[in-house]
Amino acid sequence: MYSELVMEHFRNPRNMGVIEDADGVGEVGNPQCGDMMRITIKVKDDTLDDIKFQTLGCGAAVATSSMVTEMAKGKKLDDAVEITNKAVAEALGGLPPAKMHCSNLAADGLQAAIKDYHEREAAKVG
Amino acid sequence: MDKAIYLDHASTTPTDPEVVEAMLPWFSEEFGNPSTVYSLGLTAAGAVQEARESIAGMIGAEADEIYFTSGGTESDNWAITGAADALQKKGRHLITSTIEHHAILETMEHLEKRGCEVTRVPVDSGGLVDPEDVRKAIRPDTILVSIMHGNNEVGTIEPIAEIGKVTGEAGVLFHSDVVQTAGKMPLDVNELGIDMLSMSAHKFYGPKGVGLMYMRKRTRISPLFHGGAQERGRRAGTLNVPGIVGMAKALELCRERMAEDAAREAALRDRLWAGLSNNIEAIYLNGSMEHRLPNNLNVRLDGIEGESMILMLDMEGICVSSGSACTTGSLEPSHVLLGLGIPQELAHGSLRVTLGRSTTAEHIDHFVNVFVPIVARLREMSPIWCTNCVCKQKDG
Repeated sequence: MYSELVMEHFRNPRNMGVIEDADGVGEVGNPQCGDMMRITIKVKDDTLDDIKFQTLGCGAAVATSSMVTEMAKGKKLDDAVEITNKAVAEALGGLPPAKMHCSNLAADGLQAAIKDYHEREAAKVG
Repeated sequence: MDKAIYLDHASTTPTDPEVVEAMLPWFSEEFGNPSTVYSLGLTAAGAVQEARESIAGMIGAEADEIYFTSGGTESDNWAITGAADALQKKGRHLITSTIEHHAILETMEHLEKRGCEVTRVPVDSGGLVDPEDVRKAIRPDTILVSIMHGNNEVGTIEPIAEIGKVTGEAGVLFHSDVVQTAGKMPLDVNELGIDMLSMSAHKFYGPKGVGLMYMRKRTRISPLFHGGAQERGRRAGTLNVPGIVGMAKALELCRERMAEDAAREAALRDRLWAGLSNNIEAIYLNGSMEHRLPNNLNVRLDGIEGESMILMLDMEGICVSSGSACTTGSLEPSHVLLGLGIPQELAHGSLRVTLGRSTTAEHIDHFVNVFVPIVARLREMSPIWCTNCVCKQKDG
């Protein structure tokens, strides 16, 4: 059902956990749908210095979460925010069709975390 | 453990080697078509008749009340659409429960699109249908009641004899999908008041692709398949001779060891539940322990999704099932768990473990040993475990 790369990320998820003093937090999905993720980020010089995820969900949900952190880590915020759910799925060698909608929300989570960071920064300035 | 541990017997079972042996001559040596009149065909017809009589005898039926089919799904489809077609002058109302197999529920939905009305009686938190609800749902235009014997997900054993009494008094046809109980519990169509039942051989250590429908004499339903005089003109198609022989053999073996298997599997199931509930927090039983198939355990765990549990167990060589949406390709979690009143977010975190003849105490203990760290790991990964469970418990 899943590609070997998806299973590899499911077995050995990258950057799993929580950054306690995060600069931005993004949460997407909801437990009623069975899929939910939280991304915490640490930003330094407009760059994603650190990123961690927690995910409730199926194999695809975990693998996409893991993959997005790997793709985003070390990137400039302006570049990281351009990562799409589709790009994450492609980086994993594709996902089963049924999983494309319900479990492919990792990039949304990252975007939410970056948005949260910008809002916090704006609040500081204000 | 270097060999896979199979704990998904409600899904299918391995064909018993004795069954395979009984089937073998009917493939290449005695390959005749039982509908022909020369001796090769008559030999096959004789084997089919012998199987028919054997199976009929085990469920309190007459041999000519048994109709061989391709399995449970066909039998369920046939019973419902056949009754709706033949009895449309009497009425177009059918009754079922909210936790039936999809072969029943989706056939009912199909009929609704064609103008039938369907009442789905609810179940309690243990998964039990109240026969009084069935009685109240019966109307003058009700043509069929279909309630399963044993639920495939949570193992609830329904009060079929009481429901059969209700339908008998009302003069309404009663069909029961006994796919999960056949071979596991004694079945007598007269004691249970059943007019039609569906069975599938691969659920009781027989081959896949063969099953049967029992239909009480003088029951009038239309055929599903057309194009042959087989099965007294009611089910067209060349008979699956090896499958039929194998199904009869499998049911005979089940009957010989039924009490022993049930007691052994129930003890192992209880051992499993004790092991899980003593070592994992926030784990709950789905369904009723009292009215339950001996080999079924279905649990839900806070803060975890089902498919991830299945994938992790598979990595350890353990095969189980889930009620999670992800395993069915839909967004909705199991209709059975929702029917029991379990909220969606909790239904996603369910796991079904079904034991069988090959299951040993060693398997059960190994399962617990492997599963406890899997749960810990998935909860560590989960964004809702801390906030929803542990912290709340600490606060409360």
